[in-house]
Amino acid sequence: MKDEITREERVDNLKGMGCSRKRVEDARFTQGKGNYVDDIKLDGMLFGDFVRSPYAHARVKSINKDTALKVPGVLAVLTADDLRPLGLHWMPTLAGDKQMVLADGKVLFQGQEVAFVVAEDRYAAADGIEAVEVEYEELPVLVNPFEALKSDVVLREDLVAEDGSIPAGAHGPRKHHNHIFTWEAGDKAPTEEVIANAEVVAEETMYYHRTHPCPLETCGCVASMDKVNGKLTLWGTFQAPHAIRTVVSLISGIEEHNIRVVSPDIGGGFGNKVGAYPGYVCSVVASIVTGKPVKWVEDRMDNLMTTAFARDYHMTGKISATKEGKITGLHCHVTADHGGFDACADPTKFPAGFMNICTGSYDIPTAFLEVDGVYTNKAPGGVSYRCSFRVTEAVYFIERMIEVLAIKLNMDAAELRRINFIKKEQFPYKAALGWEYDSGDYHTAWDKALKTVDYDGLRAEQAQRVEDFKAGKTRKLMGIGLSFFTEIVGAGPVKNCDILGLGMFDSCEIRIHPTGSAIARLGTISQGQGHATTFAQILASEIGLPADSITIEEGDTDTAPYGLGTYGSRSTPVAGAATAMAGRKIRAKAQMIAAYLLEVHDNDVEFDVDRFAVKGAPEKFKTMKEIAFAAYNQAIPGLEPGLEAVSYYDPPNMTYPFGAYVCVMDIDVDTGVPEIRRFYALDDCGTRINPMIIEGQVHGGLTEALAVALGQEIAYDDMGNVKTGTLMDFFLPTAWEVPNYETDFTVTPSPHHPIGAKGVGESPHVGGVPCFSNAVQDAFRPFGNTHTNMPHDHWRIWRTANELGLHD
Amino acid sequence: MIPAAFEYYRPKDMAGVLSILEEHGDDARVMAGGHSLIPMMKLRMADVPHLIDLQDVGGMSEIEIDADAIKIGALVTQSDIIDNAALADVAPILREAALQISDPQVRYMGTLGGNVANGDPGNDMPGLMQCLDASFTVVGQDGERVIPARDFYEAAYVTAREDGEVLTAVTIPRPKGGHAYEKQKRKIGDYATAAASVQIVNDGGKCVSAAIAMTNLSDTPVFSKTAGDALVGTSVDDAALKIAVAAMLGDIDPTEDNRGPVAFKNHVAGVILRRAIARAWSRA
Ligand SMILES: Cc1cc2nc3c(=O)[nH]c(=O)nc-3n(C[C@H](O)[C@H](O)[C@H](O)COP(=O)(O)OP(=O)(O)OC[C@H]3O[C@@H](n4cnc5c(N)ncnc54)[C@H](O)[C@@H]3O)c2cc1C
Repeated sequence: MKDEITREERVDNLKGMGCSRKRVEDARFTQGKGNYVDDIKLDGMLFGDFVRSPYAHARVKSINKDTALKVPGVLAVLTADDLRPLGLHWMPTLAGDKQMVLADGKVLFQGQEVAFVVAEDRYAAADGIEAVEVEYEELPVLVNPFEALKSDVVLREDLVAEDGSIPAGAHGPRKHHNHIFTWEAGDKAPTEEVIANAEVVAEETMYYHRTHPCPLETCGCVASMDKVNGKLTLWGTFQAPHAIRTVVSLISGIEEHNIRVVSPDIGGGFGNKVGAYPGYVCSVVASIVTGKPVKWVEDRMDNLMTTAFARDYHMTGKISATKEGKITGLHCHVTADHGGFDACADPTKFPAGFMNICTGSYDIPTAFLEVDGVYTNKAPGGVSYRCSFRVTEAVYFIERMIEVLAIKLNMDAAELRRINFIKKEQFPYKAALGWEYDSGDYHTAWDKALKTVDYDGLRAEQAQRVEDFKAGKTRKLMGIGLSFFTEIVGAGPVKNCDILGLGMFDSCEIRIHPTGSAIARLGTISQGQGHATTFAQILASEIGLPADSITIEEGDTDTAPYGLGTYGSRSTPVAGAATAMAGRKIRAKAQMIAAYLLEVHDNDVEFDVDRFAVKGAPEKFKTMKEIAFAAYNQAIPGLEPGLEAVSYYDPPNMTYPFGAYVCVMDIDVDTGVPEIRRFYALDDCGTRINPMIIEGQVHGGLTEALAVALGQEIAYDDMGNVKTGTLMDFFLPTAWEVPNYETDFTVTPSPHHPIGAKGVGESPHVGGVPCFSNAVQDAFRPFGNTHTNMPHDHWRIWRTANELGLHD
Repeated sequence: MIPAAFEYYRPKDMAGVLSILEEHGDDARVMAGGHSLIPMMKLRMADVPHLIDLQDVGGMSEIEIDADAIKIGALVTQSDIIDNAALADVAPILREAALQISDPQVRYMGTLGGNVANGDPGNDMPGLMQCLDASFTVVGQDGERVIPARDFYEAAYVTAREDGEVLTAVTIPRPKGGHAYEKQKRKIGDYATAAASVQIVNDGGKCVSAAIAMTNLSDTPVFSKTAGDALVGTSVDDAALKIAVAAMLGDIDPTEDNRGPVAFKNHVAGVILRRAIARAWSRA
């Protein structure tokens, strides 16, 4: 047989790995044809919504439903007393704690769920909420974790024994009634000794403020209990639909095969949609009670005030070095404010997530980390907002400590990084705090970044600017923000990563149809990442069928294989690996079919783009399309009919994407207004599946980084009132605030991943936050600034200038 | 975010509006673009059992420019102001200020009348109208009256307009000299951290008149006569600027909020005013 087209054209036709294939999702999304949870409308569907606490800490003395039940359209009002007989007034959290579903005698944060009003529509529900009368008795409010650890006020009476003693928690002994856990990594005594005897030590205290992932679509669900067949269907904004199914089964007692969880299109998650919320439990109960489908969808204020926040880490660091700048030790203590319940979403054994990646990209021989979790009167959460577990915190910490050390050493911060990077030949590199970095080539990336931005030229310009400023010629300072980050993503190996006992593997199941197209289902769920596009590309390259002929389906637990979902940049590292592995099983069987058809031995055919050809006789081949058909119409001795495969992938290690970022900023000293002049982002995410999607992910992650660094926060007043409960005050950047991003890359494939990919969705956020922050801080370095806390909004930047005496 | 139940009216003429207002008193309110009122109703901060939509009333959407004055109907939107070339010609400060209000979506809906009647200290148009010495025509059961913008604002959301009155038009003497509307905000869609309107006349290098008003730095817009007067007769040099800024700072009374503490706001108000004056003077 003669080829009509060239090999290159055959490769192009597949639209496989490395191709900037257009997102197949976008035709739907750009025409308003997405199907989000709030688009689901079922016959007789009811709407549930919460009465929420106006107080941050109070006893709930009584709840009177009578007036509410008289509001037209209101059918039921559920309180903790109604859920108690079912054992559902509390629910387990992902962090080994438990959380009130509805206020059980008291409330611990403003906005806490007190009662659930079920009504014919959301308007009636809103009127019903107004009519529920709750009598509160205010209690002293603790919003500061350091004060909470000293206070006599007990936030969680349920966690104090009758004799007043403090029983251990899920993560070991507790030091105080408002203390949750202490978690340690590394070697304490040797680290302290190294630091005590060091030539140079820099110390800094920093607060990584509380913020919120704020996906455009808020959290919500529709629960529908079919009493005839006993089946519960739960549609919702779930980043981990299978885990939700298991949790619902465990806490409701409904057998897992009778529960179907569906994540439809999701409008962004960023960690906010990993956990389980009272709204889910109440909707399920309400559907069981009423026999009708019940929808619950948060409004924006509910979302910002009550569903999972991120960060809130008070970090104290000490970093030691030789006079020449070689780092010798790192000590980090964190006081972690978890709010009223510990509902962090981390693998079970990691109550502070992967904070122990805080030695960063540097070869630091000795290190110690200690994290204390604390209860306060704030909303629970502590999720990883666009990062792997607590990695933003870790990278911010080390990238600030490097800057602080550079100041102490009076050294250039780029050079200090360079002399401390883990060297290419040191990989796989065992870090002092336990992780084994799989691969990296930091020097190459750093040099490329600095050269591209003309780093020396920028420093010269900055020096001139300082002169001009001092001479009264300008009121604008220039900051050069640097950051070099290493992420740790792709959780993770089942031996050390689980959530509620569920190993963090992931899965892919492929069915090839007779005509040479396919469907693949995964245990993950896209929230905007473009899985339907990229996973088809992985498969196209693995099995030689065009990506356009492969449907990717996720999010329906009745059809998709079990998986742990999408967060922590784990989809490509784990489910992407499963996809490749399942594809290879398909290919192995295809090889046997091809050999049979070509009448040669299995080993005499080889895979080539979209076909198997006889070795040494490339004109003799069978295309994958032909092979697919044969799988269904030929009786092949020794082979079952059909062409399907499933793979469950337990990754041997995490993957470690890295990157080098530079930000150039001009700061108006008088108004505190920063202007981003340039942002350069070099990402190394290993093998690149779809460069266009990578670029989009980088843009998005950087924009959320800009938000967090320059103003996005959840702020509380002393009474525990949320001061930033709407988008007027909670900063969500628009196109107007966002600079032009220059993206770049190097490629250092992961040695243990089947296709060498590492994940990229979160890297730009992790690396971006310190980069923006460092730019602000760097502008003030010549005037004596060592560190100021984020968010760098106008008034805080102004305050820095003011405190440094830059206003006459 | 769902408002309490309300009755919706859409009368065809002003008499219809006024009679509903009369019938329901405090319980009724008119709605123009709805972009201040509806958010307040959704947050249940405003309880409006009877909502009267002005869109069908007619006669309030014109921009008339004559030799001495400009008359803008209450329902003219911020976007209409931006798009009207003749208006931009005679009073460019209107366009400059309107472009700094929120984003195009809000500006398509939000009206000049609603912006000045609202009484929110964060609104940009009230201070501008005080700077331009505009006056507001209101009509009630007892007929029409005209209230100067500089006398209109009493406290946050409290104005000289009676509950039974509707604002129909804004009349602005044709501005003279150079102008500037300078606003600092945290992001698109945000109200001012501090904003300054300046209209200034230069005669042979000397300032012969200057009007200055500040936005979102008190519970009402602040027309600072002393600040304007400080510039008159000077060449708008640094000494004069210092006196004007000091005078303005004596008139404002900012409060702390998420935008920052009082000291910051005072400082920024001074910086913004200086910049506004400099820009206006350069155009005068
Ligand atoms: C996200 C967002 C950002 C915004 N940012 C800004 C900003 O930066 N600067 C700014 O100035 N504004 C801002 N606004 C407000 C916007 O400009 C409003 O449109 C404007 O304040 C009110 O105009 P309206 O026509 O929408 O009035 P409405 O909302 O309809 O009414 C506002 C109030 O005025 C009363 N009213 C309206 N018309 C009349 C009338 N003819 N006679 C008597 N009373 C009347 C109403 O009863 C109501 O009490 C913002 C709004 C939003 C939603």
